[in-house]
Amino acid sequence: MGEPERTHPALAHRIFSFTETAMNLGSMTIRRPAALHGLGGTIRLESLVVLLLLILALSLASPYFLSVSNALNILLATSVIGILGFSATFVIAAAGIDLSVGSVLGFGGVAGALAVNALHLPWPAGILVSLLAGALCGLVNGLLITRARVPAFIVTLGMLGVARGAALVLTNGQPVYGLPAPMVWLGQGRPFGVPVPAIIFLGVAAITHFVLSRTRFGKYALVIGDNQNAARATGIHVERHLVALYTLSGFLAGLAGLVSAARVNSGDPTAGTGYELAAITAAILGGTNLFGGRASVVGTLIGALIMGVLQNGLNLLAVSSFYQQMAIGAVLVLAVWLDQLNRGRGRA
Amino acid sequence: MSLLELKDVRMSFGPVEALRGVTFSVAEGEAVALLGDNGAGKSTLMKTITGIHRPTGGAILFGRKDLRDKDPGEIRRLGIEMIYQDLALARQQDVASNIFLGREPTRRLLGLPIRMIDTARIEAEAEAIIRRLGARVPSVRYRVGNLSGGQQQSVAIARALTFSPKLVIMDEPTAALAVREVEHVLELVRELKRQGIAVILISHRLTDVFAVCDRVVALRQGEVVADEAVAETSMNEVVAHIVGAS
Repeated sequence: MGEPERTHPALAHRIFSFTETAMNLGSMTIRRPAALHGLGGTIRLESLVVLLLLILALSLASPYFLSVSNALNILLATSVIGILGFSATFVIAAAGIDLSVGSVLGFGGVAGALAVNALHLPWPAGILVSLLAGALCGLVNGLLITRARVPAFIVTLGMLGVARGAALVLTNGQPVYGLPAPMVWLGQGRPFGVPVPAIIFLGVAAITHFVLSRTRFGKYALVIGDNQNAARATGIHVERHLVALYTLSGFLAGLAGLVSAARVNSGDPTAGTGYELAAITAAILGGTNLFGGRASVVGTLIGALIMGVLQNGLNLLAVSSFYQQMAIGAVLVLAVWLDQLNRGRGRA
Repeated sequence: MSLLELKDVRMSFGPVEALRGVTFSVAEGEAVALLGDNGAGKSTLMKTITGIHRPTGGAILFGRKDLRDKDPGEIRRLGIEMIYQDLALARQQDVASNIFLGREPTRRLLGLPIRMIDTARIEAEAEAIIRRLGARVPSVRYRVGNLSGGQQQSVAIARALTFSPKLVIMDEPTAALAVREVEHVLELVRELKRQGIAVILISHRLTDVFAVCDRVVALRQGEVVADEAVAETSMNEVVAHIVGAS
């Protein structure tokens, strides 16, 4: 927020056609009973309704809310949490949990910043180091979970501490200022007025949606979360797949770390503190089953946008951020409750 | 020549010896009943055949190939399918996905080297299999968790039969079924035999066993205590073997 507000008429059209597509996606799933769709393409109708109602209510409440520039602001503000939300979607689909993504985000950002500042590597190496640092944390998580058989909750809770601590140790607790221009562009660039983080956010959404709903990789994640014995019996390499999923989760956290470092032009070792819970909230809001087997990237996108819209709207209405946290918590419980009611009816 | 040969198969879980040298064989098109009390080692034995467990000793040969160093996917591709007692279905996935689980045909995305699941083909083929089996499943797009127990079993059976198996292992397939459905399963065993497909049937219901099987193998405490042709034995004898009264 607080960035110069610019409006591009050509963009308004694009944004609206995007919203239209999102709505069509929603209604497609609505017409087919959700139970008929097993490809992870299902989204929770309640979440879409909540998002649209929020947009409607905030549009009426604040004259500044409904504009292209504000929509872009929301996408920008949601991008980092959203990317983490997609990683949570995959891990939770497989009935896992990754509590380390917030810390890995901080570690990845710091690692990239140090690569260019302390090691004087060129900027592409800086980008690569951020991504690989994240993926490495994820790989370690995955190996400990599958080989050492320590529960994912414990392993990733441990990594939450280790990665954060490593980021603080490497930087002496001080942010590493100054990144090369191409890296900064990833956080602050605005081609055609669209913030680069928003483009990355939506790009990652498109790719991960395809992977989760159309490829074996995504389907096997869902099957492992649904019934691990069935996955094993049918020849799916459960352990190998879990390692890959946690590595993907770490990689996306590294990407989020890169974007968030680029936005503030520094690798901050405290970046992303507490984001793991926001990421999980986005996924659950979007209809991903916390116990595995059902997940949707489009749902998580909607879930992340609900949080982003709520925060943005309440900011515009000058509501204290303390109340914002209460509102997001309440919306989470409400959305899952509505879902339960709906499911209860469907069974009868 | 026998299709499946178990030679002195041993399996230990730590200090516990679940299988103490099991030897028997199954011929092509033969239906063998595997009997035994709870804890006799039936399920453990089947899991060593399907590759879920790796035996600690002995050999498992399937058409001269050793199965011991193969994983469950490779063993399925060799032609061994198992219908598990709990059916091993993904309840939140639809019928078609469950039938093709682990073997989804893929196609390229716009000619790129990116492979996506060929959902249209999976649904069409699943539809055909369900119709051929005469199973009463409303739609292959139905989520398996929403189906009845009998329908879920049809899905598990369809999955086992789709990829022309040579051996089908059934673990207690009739335990949870109504009378009419039991008859359906027994008829299926007969049909598999007619097609030259071997069957290993694990069951506690001796009437079912005597109705369709050629041979009975009884396990007790991880050892084979009887291996007899159905025609040459009786239910009383078999029960005596199982409980160790002989």
